[in-house]
Amino acid sequence: MAAESLYTAIIGLPLLGFLIIGFLKNKISDNIAGILASTMVLIPFLIVSSVFFSLVNGGSAIHYYLLNWFTVGHYSVDYGIQLDRLSVVMSLFITGVGFLIHLYSVSYMKGDKNFSTYFSYLNLFIFFMLVLVLSDNYLGMYIGWEGVGLCSYFLIGFWYKNNEYSNAGKKAFVMNRVGDLGFMVGMFYVFYYTGSLEFVKVEQAIGMGAMTPIVLMIAASMLFVGATGKSAQIPLFTWLPDAMAGPTPVSALIHAATMVTAGIYMVIRSNFLYSLAPEVLNVVGIIGVASALYAAIVGMTQNDIKKVLAYSTVSQLGLMFLALGVGAYVTALFHVLTHAFFKALLFLGAGSVMHAVGGEQDIRKMGGLRKYMPITFATFLIASLAISGIPPFSGFFSKDEILAQAFQQNTLLWVLGLVASMMTAFYMFRLVFLTFYGDYRGNDDSKQKIHESPKLMTIPLVVLAILATVAGTLGLPHVLNMPHLLNDFLSPILASSARPQGHLEASTEFMLMGIATGGALVSIAIAYMMYISKKRVPDEDANYSGLTKVAYHKFYIDELYNAVIVRPMQWCSEFFHKVIDKVVVDGIVNMTGKASLLASDIVRTSQTGYTAFYILAMVLSACFILGYFFIGS
Amino acid sequence: MNIEIISGVSVQAYIWLSLILFAIGVFGVLSRKNAIVIFMSVELMLNAANLLLVAFSKMYADTSAQVFVMFTMAVAAAEVAVGLAILVLMYRNTKTVNIDVLSKIKG
Repeated sequence: MAAESLYTAIIGLPLLGFLIIGFLKNKISDNIAGILASTMVLIPFLIVSSVFFSLVNGGSAIHYYLLNWFTVGHYSVDYGIQLDRLSVVMSLFITGVGFLIHLYSVSYMKGDKNFSTYFSYLNLFIFFMLVLVLSDNYLGMYIGWEGVGLCSYFLIGFWYKNNEYSNAGKKAFVMNRVGDLGFMVGMFYVFYYTGSLEFVKVEQAIGMGAMTPIVLMIAASMLFVGATGKSAQIPLFTWLPDAMAGPTPVSALIHAATMVTAGIYMVIRSNFLYSLAPEVLNVVGIIGVASALYAAIVGMTQNDIKKVLAYSTVSQLGLMFLALGVGAYVTALFHVLTHAFFKALLFLGAGSVMHAVGGEQDIRKMGGLRKYMPITFATFLIASLAISGIPPFSGFFSKDEILAQAFQQNTLLWVLGLVASMMTAFYMFRLVFLTFYGDYRGNDDSKQKIHESPKLMTIPLVVLAILATVAGTLGLPHVLNMPHLLNDFLSPILASSARPQGHLEASTEFMLMGIATGGALVSIAIAYMMYISKKRVPDEDANYSGLTKVAYHKFYIDELYNAVIVRPMQWCSEFFHKVIDKVVVDGIVNMTGKASLLASDIVRTSQTGYTAFYILAMVLSACFILGYFFIGS
Repeated sequence: MNIEIISGVSVQAYIWLSLILFAIGVFGVLSRKNAIVIFMSVELMLNAANLLLVAFSKMYADTSAQVFVMFTMAVAAAEVAVGLAILVLMYRNTKTVNIDVLSKIKG
């Protein structure tokens, strides 16, 4: 029992932190709020770590009943906590990266007048994210799923006085709802056919053939619709770039490292479903690679430092879905893990840069920052190398594994994935060169103020940089004859691949690595030539033409959605407002009122106000009634 | 002393008497404008009914009707108190007890 309450504390403490800070935000000082919030994430991290090490040493997974939510007929919805190998890996980096970002935020948000509110939301987010990954059933996962969406909405629109920002929050919320509907329908299917929502029971039921292939396909694809919403894949991705309106640490935590990977976690968790629906997996892979390519192309043209990173997130998530699509669940999780480190680092680095240059986000007005902020520069460079897939940084291993897995399944997927990751290298180094090299392009006034960020911000950067460098050792490629630690850790619960596969020959694998690394290096070289040798700076927005213009405007996808979905909806609501509501509904209501007014106008004439008349009426009526009875009887 | 005479009167006579009293009451209520007179007429109707009840009680040798009469009188006393209070107020406000001035309750 004592142990169980310890595990419950994993999700309980962030919630407690949210409640305390949320209710007492006017009573406690900013520093206390920051320390409290960070502690409420650090302790769960320590607990999860201990569970992790006991699992590494062969301990068994923890799964226990927490509470009963409600009971309907014979079915009761229980909430249970499942700390198995998969959820422990997820919660480990959620709390770990979450803690670092909390620390960073203490410094980054200093002086904001809603400082405590910010931290209460951050704790609430960690709570919901842990609910999502630790739940032992789809419903609990769904609660967390909705909860993180809510926190994301709060935090995107954190500076709600700016109309554009709060609109971005609404956009994220609405788009996520579309995806969530898919998740719900998927859940309904699962529940209808298997009679349960618990992962273990659902898996058993499916193993016994509770769902026919068609039903499996529908359920899996519906759940995948949910994943596209949360993980920003085609077609529901447009909210993520806009979500950059929130404070930068939020972008790092929610919109890069944790929440957006929920879709991938869900697919991995439902692997028993997806492995039986290979058609859906094909779609997952195609959508993933399409998103990766699309976002990479758009990312190459963006000039807002956070927008570039946002598109790169969509692109990397696309690669993870590609991995899922080829059935390589562990590889996808591996990339989730390494991506969490280097992408959080990139965002925090971007935040540090923006902090230094007075909130400027346009890379055309930066440049030469290398001299002023060496730590930020060094860590940002490491993260860029990692995301570009340069060995020995972590991104190389995970990305290489994805591409190798894709190569085994389908050469076309491999080629497209390779192109996407080459473009990644290009736009990342375009970002690095424009931001940190060359001369400063802002005005002199802001130049005076450029400074390295305080320790509280640089320490998380350094820690993440170390992690982004070494995390690759968790999954060394097997040509090197080294253990794939993550795969070994997860092998008891996850088959390394859903699809039959032979090991690639060593020479082929080395060739694939060579091509990927070579491609990345070529991209970096091109970026170097363009932005350092030729000192090019992207043009003003208006000067774009041709394809660049199309890509800069994100292929007009937002405009397309506006024209196809938003406008017709507005027309519909206009119609319903002006015709159905104003004329029909209001008409009926007003008519009822008018009719009773008219009727009472007639009736009230009998109410003369003369008492004698009333008495006469009473007597006559009495006579009439009596007479009626006499004659009647 | 005269109890013999009273009990010798037939029930028909009582019925006629109370009918007449009641009719006078109704006529008074309908024809007069003075609120006090109307009030008295109402009392007259009430007592016509009481008289009839007592008469029938005697005829059927059943005392329950007399109990009714007791209640009626008690209620009537309360009603008089309320009614007269209303009349006093009415007089204070309008300086008259003519019911036709009370036409403000017109709908």
